[in-house]
Amino acid sequence: MTVGQIPILEAKGLTRSFGNVRALDNCDFEIYPGEVVALIGDNGAGKSTLVKALSGSLALDSGEIFYAGGRVDLTSPTAANQLGIETVYQDLALAPHLNPVQNMFLGREIMADGFAGKLGFLDNKTMAKRSRAAFDDLGATVRSLTSPVGSMSGGQRQAIAIARAVAWAKGVVFLDEPTAALGVVQTKNVLESIRRVRDKGVAVVLITHSMPHVMEVADRVEVLRLGTRIATFKASETNMEELVGAMTGAIVGAAK
Amino acid sequence: MSVHTPAKPTTTDPGSSRANPNAVDADTPVGALRRILRVQAFQILLVLVVIFIIFTVMAPTAFPQWTNLRQVIQNMSILGVLGIGSTFVIITSGIDLSVGSVLVFSGVVSAKAMIFVGGDGWGTALVGLVVALASGLAWGSLNGWLIAKAKVPPLIVTLGSLGAALGLAQVITGGVDITAVPAVLSDNIGYGNLVGTTLPLISVIAIVFLVVFGIILHRTKFGLHTFVLGSNEEAARRVGVKVDRQLISVYALSGGLAGFAGLLSLAQFGTTAIAGQSQTNLNVIAAVVIGGTSVLGGVGTIFGTAVGLCIPAFLQNGFVIIGVQPFWQQVAVGFVLVVAVYIDQRRRTAASRGGGGMRTASLTGLLRRSKN
Repeated sequence: MTVGQIPILEAKGLTRSFGNVRALDNCDFEIYPGEVVALIGDNGAGKSTLVKALSGSLALDSGEIFYAGGRVDLTSPTAANQLGIETVYQDLALAPHLNPVQNMFLGREIMADGFAGKLGFLDNKTMAKRSRAAFDDLGATVRSLTSPVGSMSGGQRQAIAIARAVAWAKGVVFLDEPTAALGVVQTKNVLESIRRVRDKGVAVVLITHSMPHVMEVADRVEVLRLGTRIATFKASETNMEELVGAMTGAIVGAAK
Repeated sequence: MSVHTPAKPTTTDPGSSRANPNAVDADTPVGALRRILRVQAFQILLVLVVIFIIFTVMAPTAFPQWTNLRQVIQNMSILGVLGIGSTFVIITSGIDLSVGSVLVFSGVVSAKAMIFVGGDGWGTALVGLVVALASGLAWGSLNGWLIAKAKVPPLIVTLGSLGAALGLAQVITGGVDITAVPAVLSDNIGYGNLVGTTLPLISVIAIVFLVVFGIILHRTKFGLHTFVLGSNEEAARRVGVKVDRQLISVYALSGGLAGFAGLLSLAQFGTTAIAGQSQTNLNVIAAVVIGGTSVLGGVGTIFGTAVGLCIPAFLQNGFVIIGVQPFWQQVAVGFVLVVAVYIDQRRRTAASRGGGGMRTASLTGLLRRSKN
C-alpha cells in the first residue's frame, strides 16, 4: 500500500544519549499519509524519546528527519507544529482552568478584526464555532465549551486533547498512550477517532502498551527495543504472541 | 488554518442546547444568578455588603455619609493601583513582595528628578511621572527576568528587591524624606476632585486603571496567557506561547504600576514616606487573595481585588466610627483572608476529584441542595 509513496515523516539513524544511557540508538522510522502506525516496546525501549525527537521536544545527538521528503530541523515543538506535526502527550497538556475553546486555540488565538485585534482582543465567537465543529467532527462529546476543562472527566479531556491535535495537524499526529486513563466507552471513542483521522489522510502514530488496541486499529506495527527499531509488522499479518515476542526479544529480527 | 468545517451546521444542531447545560444556564435568570453566586468575587461582595449594612445600622449618622465614604475610597486608591499588578502576578502563581519598596524607590527618584528640573507646573510633574514609571518598570523587569530566565523563585527574587529598592531609596535620600512635591500634583491629584464632582481625582484614576486592566485581563490574549502561566505553564510552552516573555511582562506590569503608585503617593502625602510602606505588600496580597484570586494560580479577577481592598478599608473605618479599637481590623482581615483561602482550597480539592465538584464546593454549595 505504500509502494511509490513518499513518507510524510521519516527518520534515519536517530541517536540520543542521556549520560551513559543510549535512549535512541541509530533508530529509523517512517510513516506514510493516511497510515496508522503503532509504536510498541517494553518500558524504556525508547518510544517516548522517539516521539519527543519527532515532535521537536528533544535535541538529537545525530540523525536526520525528513518531512514529506524534505530534510527538516525540528528545533522546537512550535517548529513541528508549523510543519503539521501535532502531539497528544500522556499528561494531556491542557490548561485545567481554561475552557475547551481556550485550550483548543492556545498559542494560536484568532484575534478580533481590525483595531480591536491589534489591541489584543480575541475573536471568541469564531474560535467557539470552530472548536464545536472540530469536536463534532471527531464525535467528541464535549458537553460545555465554557466550563474549565479541569472540571471535566478524563474521557472528555482526552477527547479535547485529541481534537486539538487533529484540528491542527496537517501531516502527522502522535498519540502517546491515549487510552491509558480511559474507560471502555471512551477507549472505543478514541480508537474510532483514530480511524476518522486516518480517513482524512493524516498519519497517526500510536504509542500504547495495549496489544488488542494495536491489532484493532493499526495498519503497521513498529517494535522498539533498547532504543532501536528491531522489527516491523503488517498488523493484518501478525498476532499478539509474535508482537510480545519481538518486544521482549524472544523473537529476533522478524520482518526487518 | 485546518480546523475542519462541521459535518452539519452547528447552529441548527438540535442536540447542542441539551448537550451544553451551561448555555442553557446562562439563558435563564435563575441560572445566570447561580453562576454569578459561584464566583468567589461575588461571594466576597456579599460579605462586603453585610459589613456595610452592619456599620450603617450601628452608626447611621456617621458611617454612610459621603464625606466619610469618600475618605475611605481616597485612602485605598493607591492600594487599588498596586492590587492590579499583584492580581496579574498571583494569577501566574507568582508573588510580588517588592511593590511597597518599588513604590518608595520610584517616589524618591521621581521627587529627585522633579527637584532637579525645578518648577511647580505640569511639565515638572510629567518628568516625575516618566521617571517614576521608568523606575517601576525597571525594577519589575529585573524581577521578571530573574524569575523567568534565572529561575529564582518569585518569593526570593521579590524579597531581594523588597530590601534592595528600599535600601537604595534610603541611600539616595540619606534616610530623610523628600517633601518637595510640585503643587499641581498635590492640589489636583492628591486632594483635588474630578471637575464638577466630589469624587477624588486619585480614586477616579485608580478606578479607570482597574477597569482598563480588568478588560486586559479578562478579554485579551495578554490576559489569557497570564492565566495559562498559572494553570499549566508546560502546556503553554508546548503550544508555543512565549512563556518567559509573558512572565517578564507581568512582573514589569506590577513594577510599572508600583512606580506609578509612587507618584500618586507623592501627590497624596506630599512626602516620599520611606518608612510608610512596610506593610503595603502584605495588605495588597491579602486584598487580592480575599478577592478570590488563587495563590496557586490560574484563577482570579480584578473585580475581586477591588472588593478585596474594600473589606479591610471599610472594616478599619467602621471600627473607628463605632468606637471599637481599630486594631480589631487586623484580626478581622486575618480571619477573612484565611476563610477565603479555605474556600478556594475546598473548591480545588473538589475539582481535582473531577466531575461537577467544582460547582458545588463553595459558599453557595453549602446553602444549595445538589440537584442530583
